[in-house]
Amino acid sequence: MSRGFTSQMARNIFYGGSLFFVLLFAVLIFDTEQRIPQRSKSAEITPAVVRGKHIWETRNCIGCHTLLGEGAYFAPELGNVYTRRGPDFIKAWIKAQPTGAPGRRQMPNFHLDDKQLDDLVEFLKWTNGVDTEKWPPNIEG
Amino acid sequence: MKTATLKFKSQSVAKLYFMGAIALFVGQIVFGLTLGLQYLIGDLMFPAIPFNIARMVHTNLLIVWLLMGFMGSAYYLVPEEAETELYSPLLAKILFWVFLAAGAATILGYLLVPYATLAEMTGNNLLATMGREFLEQPLPTKLGIVVVALAFLFNISMTVLKGRKTAITLVLLMGLWGLALMFLFSFVNPSNLVRDKMYWWFVVHLWVEGTWELILGALLAFVLIKTTGVDREVIDKWLYLIITMALVTGILGTGHHFFFIGLPGYWQWVGSVFSAMEPIPFFMMTLFAFNMVQRRKREHPNQAAVLWAVGCAVMGFLGAGLWGFIHTLSPVNYYTHGSQITAAHGHLAFYGAYVLVVIAMISYAMPILRGREANPRRAQAVEMWSFWIMTIGMAVMVLALTGAGILQIWLQRMPTEGAMGFMATQDQLRFFYWVRVAGGVLFLCGLLTYLASFFIGAGADEDEPVANGRLRAA
Repeated sequence: MSRGFTSQMARNIFYGGSLFFVLLFAVLIFDTEQRIPQRSKSAEITPAVVRGKHIWETRNCIGCHTLLGEGAYFAPELGNVYTRRGPDFIKAWIKAQPTGAPGRRQMPNFHLDDKQLDDLVEFLKWTNGVDTEKWPPNIEG
Repeated sequence: MKTATLKFKSQSVAKLYFMGAIALFVGQIVFGLTLGLQYLIGDLMFPAIPFNIARMVHTNLLIVWLLMGFMGSAYYLVPEEAETELYSPLLAKILFWVFLAAGAATILGYLLVPYATLAEMTGNNLLATMGREFLEQPLPTKLGIVVVALAFLFNISMTVLKGRKTAITLVLLMGLWGLALMFLFSFVNPSNLVRDKMYWWFVVHLWVEGTWELILGALLAFVLIKTTGVDREVIDKWLYLIITMALVTGILGTGHHFFFIGLPGYWQWVGSVFSAMEPIPFFMMTLFAFNMVQRRKREHPNQAAVLWAVGCAVMGFLGAGLWGFIHTLSPVNYYTHGSQITAAHGHLAFYGAYVLVVIAMISYAMPILRGREANPRRAQAVEMWSFWIMTIGMAVMVLALTGAGILQIWLQRMPTEGAMGFMATQDQLRFFYWVRVAGGVLFLCGLLTYLASFFIGAGADEDEPVANGRLRAA
């Protein structure tokens, strides 16, 4: 590095550059916030959807599954499971766990009652409706 | 072996943190191996330790041991840079035990209590924050992390304020304060999943591709100053330019996580452009490390520390830079999002950038904390072996996961009709998963080799310092 370039100058570039991009990020996030309600159909978030999300979180489903591509990669993507399997299959599947098939990946039974199962399905149904820029590429997720 | 005394007595608290960090690291790897096997033997340990529990332990231990490593590094580095004793060594010791106990209690909670029960017991219904990837900690643990972090930052900041202020301490402080600040978003959990995910990334991305990079830069600069004797002015300039590039690319680079989670389409452009530039700071770090080692003004007796530092720069570039870049453009990410490619990148990036920088720090500081300038030559040789075994083990894992990811995408994602289902695809990936487990076993062997190096004394022929030893392998 040339002799004229001092560490004070480098420091000022750091402060100026970082501040500029922090502000730009803040502006983009502000704009994004305005668009989230329409893109996620937030008007359709019923109390059942909220309760379903709570069940999703308190059973740590993300520890095996992905949701909109994020989570663990041990079990199937569930962002579009509502269209892939439909509500009745989802409920029956959760109730039937664990399968007990030797050597197969096992899902715990969470002993959810019918209302909780309905709430979870409502949450997955709403998630299925989020505008994800046409992701995943196909129904298999 | 030349003896060395600590410049400042209070630096010795770092030893506690380093030992704690390494112990948790061992735990992390044991659970990692369990996970690798569960990919192949799905019902292994079920229902005692289901996959999601083992994974939580694996990832949470990673975060906690790295944070512990950062804290230990700060306690060692800051007094020396500030040229003054630590503000309160007692507070540092108390915080260590609080942090360790809280961490252990949380891990035991995961293992012994069903997660839903744990959530209910710990007040998750009052403020729901659990069950989100990496932020699974119960509310009291999250609050505890905030308290420990604030007290730690108070201790460190007061030390810097009363002493000399160098570029390294300022950058380190900014990184640590930023880390604590961004963690506050872990308390934000809107009922709208899309919004939840957006703020979740404020913690996860702006940690590892933002504030942590400042910490990484500061620690690497410190080890290089000490081991090469290159002018501080030169190293300071590099440090500032590297972290400038890290933040300039990393902040808007957050956009590469916003492609397909329900956020506006313009993020595909913002995220693609800026994350394509994210390898630059890591490339600069590699240049920096090699450049400093070439210009070195002394042969430091601790050549193992130099190897870890250079290894960190190179592996950080490969893992965070190159493996990040291969799936960061939105048209590519459309197919790779949430596949084993992500797992491959995550493993190499964390190992290369953060695991190695913490070990570089430990490798440099630990001999001095034990009263000598460097470890005996035999011990260093074993330590260098451990670097290569761990790194090759990690490379095997990452290549296996990359192969698994490519095949997964080919079978499950690419076909527009008749795509293979998730579980059927997983059956096709078994070969790669076995190779991954083999890589993991090799990694554990490397880690055990590393632990062994701590217990190796000087050979009979070795009573002179290794000051004239040449730079090997690096």
